Amino acid sequence: MNHDIYSTEGLYKIVEKTELSETISQHVIYAPLIAAKAKAGHFVILRSREGGERIPVTLVDWNPERGTVTLIIQAIGKSTTEMNALKQGDSFLDVAGPLGTPVEIKNWGTVLGVGGGVGIAELYPIARAYKEAGNKIVSILGARNKGLLILEKEMAELGEVIVTTDDGSAGRKGLVTDAMNDLYAAGRGPDAIFTIGPIPMMKFVALASLPHKTPTFASLNPVMLDGTGMCGGCRVEIGGKPKFACVDGPMFDAHQTNFDALLKRTAAYREQEKESLERYARDHQCRIGLH
Amino acid sequence: MENKPKKPTPSIKQNHGRHQDPIARRNNFDEVALGFGLEEAVTEAARCLGCKTKPCELACPVNVKIPEFVDLVHKEDLGAAASKIFETSLFPAICGRVCPQETYCENACVLKEKFGPVSIGRLERFTADYARKNGLVTPPPCAPDTGKRVACVGSGPTSLAVAAELRKLGHAVTVFEALHEFGGVLSYGIPTFRLPREVVRFEVDMLRRMGVRLLKNVMVGKSITVEELKKDFDVVYIGSGAGLPAPMHTPGEDLVGVYSSNEFLTRVNLMGAHNFPESDTPYYIGKKVIVVGGGNTAMDSARCAMRLKPDSVTLLYRRTRAEMPARVEEVENAMEEGIKFEFLTAPVELVGDERGRLRRVKCIRMELGAPDASGRRKPVPQGGSDFFIEADSLVVAIGSSPNPVIQQSTPGLATNKWGGIIVEEGTARTSLDGIYAGGDVVRGGATVLLAMKDGKSAAKAIHEKLSAKEN
Repeated sequence: MNHDIYSTEGLYKIVEKTELSETISQHVIYAPLIAAKAKAGHFVILRSREGGERIPVTLVDWNPERGTVTLIIQAIGKSTTEMNALKQGDSFLDVAGPLGTPVEIKNWGTVLGVGGGVGIAELYPIARAYKEAGNKIVSILGARNKGLLILEKEMAELGEVIVTTDDGSAGRKGLVTDAMNDLYAAGRGPDAIFTIGPIPMMKFVALASLPHKTPTFASLNPVMLDGTGMCGGCRVEIGGKPKFACVDGPMFDAHQTNFDALLKRTAAYREQEKESLERYARDHQCRIGLH
Repeated sequence: MENKPKKPTPSIKQNHGRHQDPIARRNNFDEVALGFGLEEAVTEAARCLGCKTKPCELACPVNVKIPEFVDLVHKEDLGAAASKIFETSLFPAICGRVCPQETYCENACVLKEKFGPVSIGRLERFTADYARKNGLVTPPPCAPDTGKRVACVGSGPTSLAVAAELRKLGHAVTVFEALHEFGGVLSYGIPTFRLPREVVRFEVDMLRRMGVRLLKNVMVGKSITVEELKKDFDVVYIGSGAGLPAPMHTPGEDLVGVYSSNEFLTRVNLMGAHNFPESDTPYYIGKKVIVVGGGNTAMDSARCAMRLKPDSVTLLYRRTRAEMPARVEEVENAMEEGIKFEFLTAPVELVGDERGRLRRVKCIRMELGAPDASGRRKPVPQGGSDFFIEADSLVVAIGSSPNPVIQQSTPGLATNKWGGIIVEEGTARTSLDGIYAGGDVVRGGATVLLAMKDGKSAAKAIHEKLSAKEN
């Protein structure tokens, strides 16, 4: 089917919605221009309604034939909770993209993907693109518990999957870096590593691969506003130099990344985010996990 | 229309229009300038001598037919006055507010020295507002469709001007905007207390009524490239602006609480952070705010910050008041609103706490030395003048450079060393066939009016090219 990428007809409609866990939803959204241009590593910026925040979300999948893109959203704050409350047939107000710089796809040999929590959703298209480019894929997927583990089946279709959970409810009990160190100890060190997940996790993945000099890339998630390289709010320190995650990234050399600075900057609005979510929960009487 | 006295009354004192009280306006984001009522407008219009040589019109970047529209205001025929302005400019409510008329039309007014110039800017604004509120605005007629397609990249002032001119000539125009609101800097940058958003929306909507297609959420250079657009459009006009914030290169710039003016102004003006938590986007300024810079963006940042009710807003500028690039009116407004000015002062280090939040700013005093390349006296640090100012937040408003994304993603597009797109003087042609550029992406951070002027002259060149192809 041919889509007019310049038409606004039916834009941003949720054509399919699936609940992946209590707090994680998968949205398939009609956005033909984005679907036509998407590559692994791209993201979009969403708004669900007037007055809503601009929320960056990495593309999980895209289908130029159907004119759709697939996103996986975890309800963490007010905006993401509202987005996941949208139903099939509803529409997002805005979906801008594709944004960012896609990952460079080449044949490394063996690529290790290390995903934590909802970061696994962002890891999936990258692992898939590397698989298609002839790489062998090994994945380590970490989650707090079994209920929060997503896309295990899809990742298993790409190659070997090792699951770790904090409480041992799925896979082995422990951290993703434990599994990584075991791979290195067994002489199965990869040729490249891509890691997406919580900042402390990515920091320790980078520290674990550094002695082995394995090229390691992390997808950074700073506070973002416009997502078009205009505000500099998403600045991150790479090799001692400022870079804008929105246009230069979000994927950067993990060994050059200042994760501690990133962690401090992502905490900038913690109090306001908490206030906003608590207020929303009070008004909506819904059960949402306050973090 | 009744018979009104037509004799000009130039010696009546110039009326600058009414303003919101400085203390009251610190607590709201409503428009500061209240402008004229009908009677005031007619009285002010009556001062115009209607010079045959039209010095005001010649000085106008977008050639508004000033003596003619002012005469129609004098005759109280506001619909005709608005139509007269529309003949050359579709954006009078915007221009009437953000144009520095004191350097253009009002500077050229023959009454300037003796009685003060006619308040042309206020009259333009009044005419546009009156026409809008009374339903007197009709879109100008467009020539029959030519079948030619033009893409405008960005929806700021320069693209709006190109779109208006080319649509009137019968070309199909599509405007691409990366953000979710149209208007570029008119939406994300200029505060609502200088330019209410309903004004921007109305004048952008005029383009829609004329048949211009406006597409939001498309970031040309990322979502789609200029080369790809060129396959679907006969001409691409790049008006992507100067959206890249200039950093200070001062230690501590990564601390939480340190904003570029772009980020701070976008949070407030585009995202409505001042209404948090009704709006979802937050801001953080704390009790003591520092703004660095001396231009209009610095004034906008300081005045926005003041309206968020901190204990104090202090502006640091490394030269003196005389060298400030900001409009005199904006500096006066900022001073009236209680913003403290520290002249001959520059930040050298930003100091934070263990959580990475800004706490203090180390500053030095400057003195003015010999003139530099800009012709202004160069500020020179005074040895041993270090001192600290307590600060919870700091807004860097020291300039911006052309948004680099399109240049980086368009092979063969020639740029200068500041990253600006190089164009042929007068035609806006770039190094690539069928691709034109204008406004801040060419000039670096300039003004709304120069951007519109670029758009008008580019439209002329584009129309010539598109017409030539017909033959």
